[in-house]
Amino acid sequence: MMESGPMTGPVLTDGTAGEPPRSADLSGVPAKPNPTGEIGGTFWRRFGFRRPLAALILQRLGLSVGLLFAVSLMIFGGIEALPGDFATTYLGQSATPQAVENIRKDLGLDRPWSERYLNWLGGAVQGDFGTSWASKNSVSEQIGKRLGNSLFLAFFAALISVPLAVGLGMLAVQFRNRMPDKIINVISLAAISLPEFFIGYLLIMFFAVQWGVATFPATVYDSMSFTERLSAIALPVATLVLVVLAHMMRMTRAAILNVMSSAYVETAELKGLSTFRIIARHAAPNAVAPVINVIALNLAYLVVGVVVVEVVFVYPGMGQYMVDAVTVRDMPVVQACGLIFAAFYIFLNMAADVLAILANPRLRHPR
Amino acid sequence: MPELLSVKNLKIEATSYPPGEQPKVVTLVEGVSFDLQKGKVLGLIGESGAGKSTIGLSALAYGRGGCRIIGGEVLLNGRDILKLDRSGINSVRGAQVCYVAQSAAAAFNPAHKLGDQVIEASLRHGIMTRDEAEKRALYLFRVLGLPNPETFGDRYPHQVSGGQLQRAMTAMALCPNPELIVFDEPTTALDVTTQIDVLAAIKHAIEETNTAALYITHDLAVVAQISDDIMVLRHGKTVEYGTTKQVIEAPKEDYTRALVSVRQTKRDEASDQSGALLKIERIHAGYANGFKVLHEVSMHLPKGQTLAIVGESGSGKSTLARVITGLLPPSEGRITFDGKELPRALKGRTNDELRRIQMIYQMADTAMNPRQTVRDIIGRPLSFYFGMHGARKTERVKELLDQIEMGPRFLDRYPAELSGGQKQRVAIARALAARPELILCDEPTSALDPLVAEGILNLLLRLQEETAVSYVFITHDIAIVRAIADSVAVMHRGRLVRFGPKSKVLSPPFDDYTDLLLKSVPEMEIGWLEKVLKTRRMESAGN
Repeated sequence: MMESGPMTGPVLTDGTAGEPPRSADLSGVPAKPNPTGEIGGTFWRRFGFRRPLAALILQRLGLSVGLLFAVSLMIFGGIEALPGDFATTYLGQSATPQAVENIRKDLGLDRPWSERYLNWLGGAVQGDFGTSWASKNSVSEQIGKRLGNSLFLAFFAALISVPLAVGLGMLAVQFRNRMPDKIINVISLAAISLPEFFIGYLLIMFFAVQWGVATFPATVYDSMSFTERLSAIALPVATLVLVVLAHMMRMTRAAILNVMSSAYVETAELKGLSTFRIIARHAAPNAVAPVINVIALNLAYLVVGVVVVEVVFVYPGMGQYMVDAVTVRDMPVVQACGLIFAAFYIFLNMAADVLAILANPRLRHPR
Repeated sequence: MPELLSVKNLKIEATSYPPGEQPKVVTLVEGVSFDLQKGKVLGLIGESGAGKSTIGLSALAYGRGGCRIIGGEVLLNGRDILKLDRSGINSVRGAQVCYVAQSAAAAFNPAHKLGDQVIEASLRHGIMTRDEAEKRALYLFRVLGLPNPETFGDRYPHQVSGGQLQRAMTAMALCPNPELIVFDEPTTALDVTTQIDVLAAIKHAIEETNTAALYITHDLAVVAQISDDIMVLRHGKTVEYGTTKQVIEAPKEDYTRALVSVRQTKRDEASDQSGALLKIERIHAGYANGFKVLHEVSMHLPKGQTLAIVGESGSGKSTLARVITGLLPPSEGRITFDGKELPRALKGRTNDELRRIQMIYQMADTAMNPRQTVRDIIGRPLSFYFGMHGARKTERVKELLDQIEMGPRFLDRYPAELSGGQKQRVAIARALAARPELILCDEPTSALDPLVAEGILNLLLRLQEETAVSYVFITHDIAIVRAIADSVAVMHRGRLVRFGPKSKVLSPPFDDYTDLLLKSVPEMEIGWLEKVLKTRRMESAGN
C-alpha cells in the first residue's frame, strides 16, 4: 500500500544529532560537568564541581556562623522586649524614679540598644561577656567554672548513653519482633513519655530517700575528690541517660533495619558471608550517617537540656546559673548562657552534618 | 552425564498480610522440576508473579522476603542443599552458586570499592589468595569488556554507569569460579543499546569459563539468544519445558505460542500525513538549575493518527510530553494545537485547551488516588469539564467502562483491587472521559507483562478507530512503534535524530544512531545475537 502513489507528509529529517551515540548512564547524580569538561558559572559553582566535599563543608561552616549571629540578635532582642528591668527588680516597688534612673545610667541602659548590642557582641567574640549586674563578678569567669561542671555531667551521660543506645539498637535488630526487641521498645517508649524532672524525682525518691544508696543533692564543690564527684552526679547522669537513650536507640534500630533490607545486604547474604561480617562491613558503614545525626542531636540536647535536671538536683552548672539569673533579671548572664547554649546546639548539629557528609561515598569520591 | 543441579518437585510458600484481613498463606511455586548440566544455560521465562526469581533463588536455598521452601529437593552435585545448616549453606553461596541481581545499582554496596566487592566472596571462602583473586578480577573485567580494567576495581559503584555495573556484577558472580550462576533479569533495567553489550559480555564470559547458568527473564527474545533449554512458567507452575529450539520454533502450549507471537502485530501507516493537529516548532527546554534537556525539537502530528517518540532513558522524550502539556514551559519555540498557538505554561491555558489534551502515564498506580473508587476516578473529569453529576455521570462512567472492555461491576472498586492492566485501562477511561483530541501516552505499557501490554495496545488502536483521537506515544520499544505508529520521531540526548512516516524512518538508509537502536532490539530468532554482533561495531567502552 505504501509503495503506490505519491505520498504527502512529513519529510524525513535525519542526522541532526552531531554527537556519537552513547548510552545515558543510569546513576542518578545530575551534578556532573558536561562531557567537554568545561564548567560555566561563578567561582563558587566551579569550586563546587571540583571539590564538592570541601564546598559542602565550607557551606555548612558559613551557615553555622551566620546562624549564630542571627541567634545572638534574637537573644538580645528578646531580652530587650521583656517587660520590667533589672533596676526596678533590684530596688523593689518603693524605689524613687531618681534611684532607678541612676542605676540605669550606671549599667548603660540609657544608650540606644544597637550600640549596646554591638558592644556586647564585640566583647562576646573575644570571650568577654561583661560583668554580672547582681554579683558584679566577671560573667566569663563564673561561666567558665559552671560550664565545666555542666560538661562534666553531659560527658558522663554521653559516655554511658551512646554505646548503650547503639548496642541496644543492634540487639533489637538481632531479635527483631521477638521478646527482647519488644521489651526494649516498651521500656524506651515509657522513658520517652516521662518528662525528665519526673524521672529525676522518681530516682531521688527510690535511690536517695528510700534505699539511701545515692547522694542527694548532687551539689559538687571544688574541694571534692574525683570519686566523690562521680558519686554525686550518679543520679543526674542516670536521669539524662534515661531521657536520651530511648530516642537514640530507636533511631539506631530504624537505621540498621532500613539498611538490612537493602539489596546490597541481600547480595552479601548470597555471597555466603557470616552475619557478623554482613552487619559490620556491609550494613554499618551505610547506617553511620543517620546514627551520627541522632547522636549529635542528643548530645546537643544533653548540654542544653541539663537546665531542668540541674535545677532538680541542685547541681551547680550552667543551667542553674541561668535560671537564677533569669529570676533577678541579670541580663549579661542570661545573654551569655543563651548564646553558649545556642553555640553548642548549632555546632554539634553542624558536626553531625559534616560527619554525615564525610560518611557518604558519593561525596567523598566524586565522579 | 551427571546433573549439576537437579530440582525436584519444588514447592514454595509465603505468608501475605492483606490489610484488615487474616494473614493468608500463598503458594508461589508448585511442582517445578528441572535438571541442569555443567556448562549449560537454562532460561526461566514468565510474566511477573510467575515465580521465576523465587525458583532461581532456591538454587541458593534462599527465600526472599518471607518465602519458605516447604517441599521438594534442590540437589547440587547430588547433595540436597535445602537440608544444609546455616554454615553449610554459607559455604555453597558465593562459592559454588552465585547470584546476579536485576538492579546492580542497588545490589552493590555504595560504601566499598567495586574491586573489593568483586573479590570478597573468593577471599572469604578461602578459594583464592588476594593476589590470585585480583588477577582473576582483572581477567574478568577484560573478558566483560569493561573500560580501563586495571583501574576499574578502584572505583565506587556510583562512579560507573548502569551497564558497567551490571557487567561488574557478572564479574563478581564469576570471580570465585562457581559451578552455577543465577542471572535474575540482568539486562531488564538497561537501555536496548546497552542491553546487547551486556548480553554479549555475559554470553562470552560463561562460555569462556564453562559455567552453568539459570537465566531468568520475561523477554523470550533475550533468552533465545543465550540459553540451551527454556522453561516457561505461569502462576508458579511449569507450562512448557524443552530445548530452546523446540520452544521458540515449535511451541506446544497455547500460552507459549501467545508469548512467541506477541509483538507481531503490525499496522500500516496512514497514507495522508499532511495535516497537523499538533505542531511543535524548534522547542528548547530545560530545568531551573540550568540543565538543558531539549534542543531544537520540531515535529507534527495529523489528526486521528499516532506519532511515536522513541529514545532511550535520558533522551528527553518524557520532557517533551511535559512541554506539550504545559507542565514545563519551553524556553524557546512554539506549540500549535488545531491551528492555534498554545500558551506555554499550564496556568495560561483555558479549561477547554486543557480538556483537549489528556495524558496516560507509565505507572497507572501512582497516577491514581488510592482512596478513590473507579467511579470517582473516571467521574472527576466528567464533572470538572462537563459539569455532570448524579445519574447522568454514572451512566457516562458505565459507558466508558464498556469502552475499555471492563464493565459496570468495576464501578466501586479501588485501584488496589485492580490488576496492572486494569489500572491502565481505568487511566485510559479517565483520559477518554474528557473527550480529548490528543492523548499523550508516556510508556503506558512498559511496566506491564507482554500479553497484557498487547491488550492495552489493541484497545488504544480500537479507540482511535472509534473516536478519531490522536496519540503521541512515547516508548523505548521499537516493536510497539511498528505496531501502532503512523509517524515516528527518534530522539537521542535531547535532540531529534530522525522524523518522518514510519515506513521511511524504519527503513534504510539510516543514520548511525537509528541503525544502532534498530539493530539492538532482540529478535525472536536463535543466533540473532551472533549475527548482529558481527555487523555491529562493539562499543563496550562507552557503556
